[in-house]
Amino acid sequence: MNRLVKLPLLALTAALAGYTLPARAQDFTIVNAKLAIGDGSEPIDNGVVEIRGGKVVSAGPAAGSATRTGTVLDAEGAWVTPGIFAAITDIGLVDVGGVDESNDTRASDSPFNIALDVSTSINPAAQDIGVSRAGGVTRASITPSPGDSIFAGQGAIIDLGADPNAVTMPRAFQMVILGEGGARLAGGSRVATNVALRNALREASEFASGTWEGEAALLTRADVAALVPVIRGEQKLYIYVERAADIRAVLAMRSEFPKLDMVLIGASEGWMVADALAAANVPVIAEALDDLPAKFEQLAATQSNVGRMVAAGVKVAIGGMTGTEQPRNATQYAGNLVALSRVPRAAGLTWGQALAAITSVPASISGMDGKLGSLTAGAAGDVVIWDGDPLELSSAPLRVFIDGVEQPVDNHQTRLRERYRDLDESDLPKAYDW
Amino acid sequence: MRFRAFAVVGCAMALAACSTTGGADGVNSADASGSADAPYPSTYEAYPGAPTALVGATVYDGTGGRIDSGTVLFSGGKVVAVGGPDLAIPAGYTRIDGAGKFVTPGVIDIHSHLGNYPTPSVDAHSDGNEATSPTTPEVWAEHSVWPQDPGFSRALANGGITSLQILPGSANLTGGRTVTLKNVPSRTVQGMKFPGAPYGMKMACGENPKRVYGGRGRMPSTRMGNFAVNRQMWLDAKEYADGDRKKRDLAKETLAGVLDGDILIHNHCYRADEMALVMDMAKEFGYTVSAFHHAVESYKIGDLLKENGVCSAIWADWYGFKMESYDGIPENAALLQKAGACVVIHSDDENGIQRLNQEAAKAQAAGRRMGIEIPDAEVVSWLTLNAAKAMGIDSMTGSLEAGKMADVVLWNGDPLSVYSRPEKVWIDGALMYDYDDPKRRPVSDFELGQPGEGDVK
Repeated sequence: MNRLVKLPLLALTAALAGYTLPARAQDFTIVNAKLAIGDGSEPIDNGVVEIRGGKVVSAGPAAGSATRTGTVLDAEGAWVTPGIFAAITDIGLVDVGGVDESNDTRASDSPFNIALDVSTSINPAAQDIGVSRAGGVTRASITPSPGDSIFAGQGAIIDLGADPNAVTMPRAFQMVILGEGGARLAGGSRVATNVALRNALREASEFASGTWEGEAALLTRADVAALVPVIRGEQKLYIYVERAADIRAVLAMRSEFPKLDMVLIGASEGWMVADALAAANVPVIAEALDDLPAKFEQLAATQSNVGRMVAAGVKVAIGGMTGTEQPRNATQYAGNLVALSRVPRAAGLTWGQALAAITSVPASISGMDGKLGSLTAGAAGDVVIWDGDPLELSSAPLRVFIDGVEQPVDNHQTRLRERYRDLDESDLPKAYDW
Repeated sequence: MRFRAFAVVGCAMALAACSTTGGADGVNSADASGSADAPYPSTYEAYPGAPTALVGATVYDGTGGRIDSGTVLFSGGKVVAVGGPDLAIPAGYTRIDGAGKFVTPGVIDIHSHLGNYPTPSVDAHSDGNEATSPTTPEVWAEHSVWPQDPGFSRALANGGITSLQILPGSANLTGGRTVTLKNVPSRTVQGMKFPGAPYGMKMACGENPKRVYGGRGRMPSTRMGNFAVNRQMWLDAKEYADGDRKKRDLAKETLAGVLDGDILIHNHCYRADEMALVMDMAKEFGYTVSAFHHAVESYKIGDLLKENGVCSAIWADWYGFKMESYDGIPENAALLQKAGACVVIHSDDENGIQRLNQEAAKAQAAGRRMGIEIPDAEVVSWLTLNAAKAMGIDSMTGSLEAGKMADVVLWNGDPLSVYSRPEKVWIDGALMYDYDDPKRRPVSDFELGQPGEGDVK
């Protein structure tokens, strides 16, 4: 595919004008940056980031960096961060959420569930991908939604580059739904979910050992085969669960299936079992700000959930931004957790922790530790230059790089903006303004 | 879909499917405060408050004014005076140092379903859409509001919400009467009703009504069907309104109230072309639309909206969750402001209502990036005075002006920054939230004795 990208108008700001954009993965060095590595540390002034061959060579204070790879970009004090990693979203699977024909998140009438693999169906040209990219999102974990089984299928890690190759890591995880939602899917109760989950895991064990009997089984051959990597711990098992009691039950499963590589999704009541989560070394992808008892399994929901879990030593990423909760607003959610650190009795995050919760931590939880989500040597050259503090509401990306390639930031929305900049139709209808 | 994607039961199509419309009663007075012709009257009374002087903060007064190192005086539930550092503070006032902090009028959400789609979001609580007939002007949202919805407390503590309008949902073309509340907990909805607020009537165009009713094989199943049903409703209403009105008819009373100008129309409508048609329908039958809600395409017709004096109640950046929201852009509010049209930032969401200030800030920033500079003080009017105007309560609240209700938020920083939160919130001069006082925060009956207990543990 053509990786040539047009110089986006937005990038032509006074501070950064005049640079020639790399047409493909180019070697470059950003100097004079307000630099945030994404690893939890606080930002530093006068930072330098070197990108070579699409990867980070180094990032840190100018004092410690003598080399200048390729083109030198003077950020003139602008903020530079790793690209945002949007954990658990559906961009690329959907054109319009409410238009069924355009929505590939869920397959309620399919005979398959565990075997469903979203990496086969990502559309890199989806507007959601373009809009998220313009918001500084460079990677995402894409999940299916459950159809008629507690197993929703296999999710993928993608990049948001303007090219046909979106999938960074296919079949990165299996998603299973427990709690209230899982109970409905399993036939009506948590009790039924418990049997459905264990039965599936046992069938997979039997399949792996050659003793699976298809005629007596509940799973299809494709589904049971797809579950084998999960029971072997070769594929992560993402478990959507909210209630503290349900989280404890999940942690207890480890004694029965010790190889499961579990990640909890949701965990609104995770703060109540934070010590157990930390002890079990089970990471969490949580919503940043859910503070309402939207379901009975979320009675203890609080905006302090993330802060309390992090304080207890749990690895926590912010995620779940789909539909109206858009990945481009990940920075807003992260910023709110910083705000909480100033509210008496609330638990929040430091600025560095908050940025990490939308960059290096979700990357690490996704199995891409050191490869994505931080500006550390050897990581992908996913870099964003911002026009201000990236967690602040007034800020937006100036330039976005994925694997060292500068990305276009125009899309359907920016074209509408330009068309309707004025309402003048004195010469021709608006339809001719493009 | 967030993690809600994993829910099995829920609204088929994000929020948009969950909303309805409302109706109003057309008796002589639409005043919600109650009189012989206004049943279910408000029993709200302000709680006690001390005469208070907020000193040294940056004040956004809601009208577009900004005072650095300002002084805000309130007493007896009313704003007494707003001025600079030289404003004399009368004896007996409690002085609160606001240096480095910000003061705004209480935040107003023109579009909420707190109470009629409360949490927990179980079917037994789904009281926002009387989706049994495409036109139900006879229903009143206040008869669905559960005052124990935990969402009211979060809106207060995190969003600084002091007044809000609860609307029926958008399943119906005409969904029923809205109710405006003070965000003060009460055992009854009457105890929350905003005294003297006019009623609104919710209407909806576009996808929802035609989907809900078309899906049942009945009219309307198309947009033209939407209009036909509405027009016939108005024809029948005019006949009633022009008559002696002696026979009680709940639906017609509400519609006649709209035609009389006593009840304000709040019209859910996404697409520009449909808004233009609705404005002509209003002219055909002699009423006006107060605000289009969810109007993601308003920026395409800022001129028409200005000319017709219709506000746009909008999100900052929602788009693409349904077909008619496909063309939503973050510059909507700024383009409207530039066109001279009225902007209101709304939530339609129990989470979004906790962050209207943040949504406004994002919309402002999107405008700035395309060269439209809107001062912070004007942006604050999007969630205060402009909302009050579109709800017909602007003579009473929405701005910090002498004689108005002392609905006031003290923020611990710039309210247009992600790092700021309400520190204290007064409603009619009574301190209803104080982040320095653990007990000065409401906990609903539902949350008592629960883990977390309403996010206070």
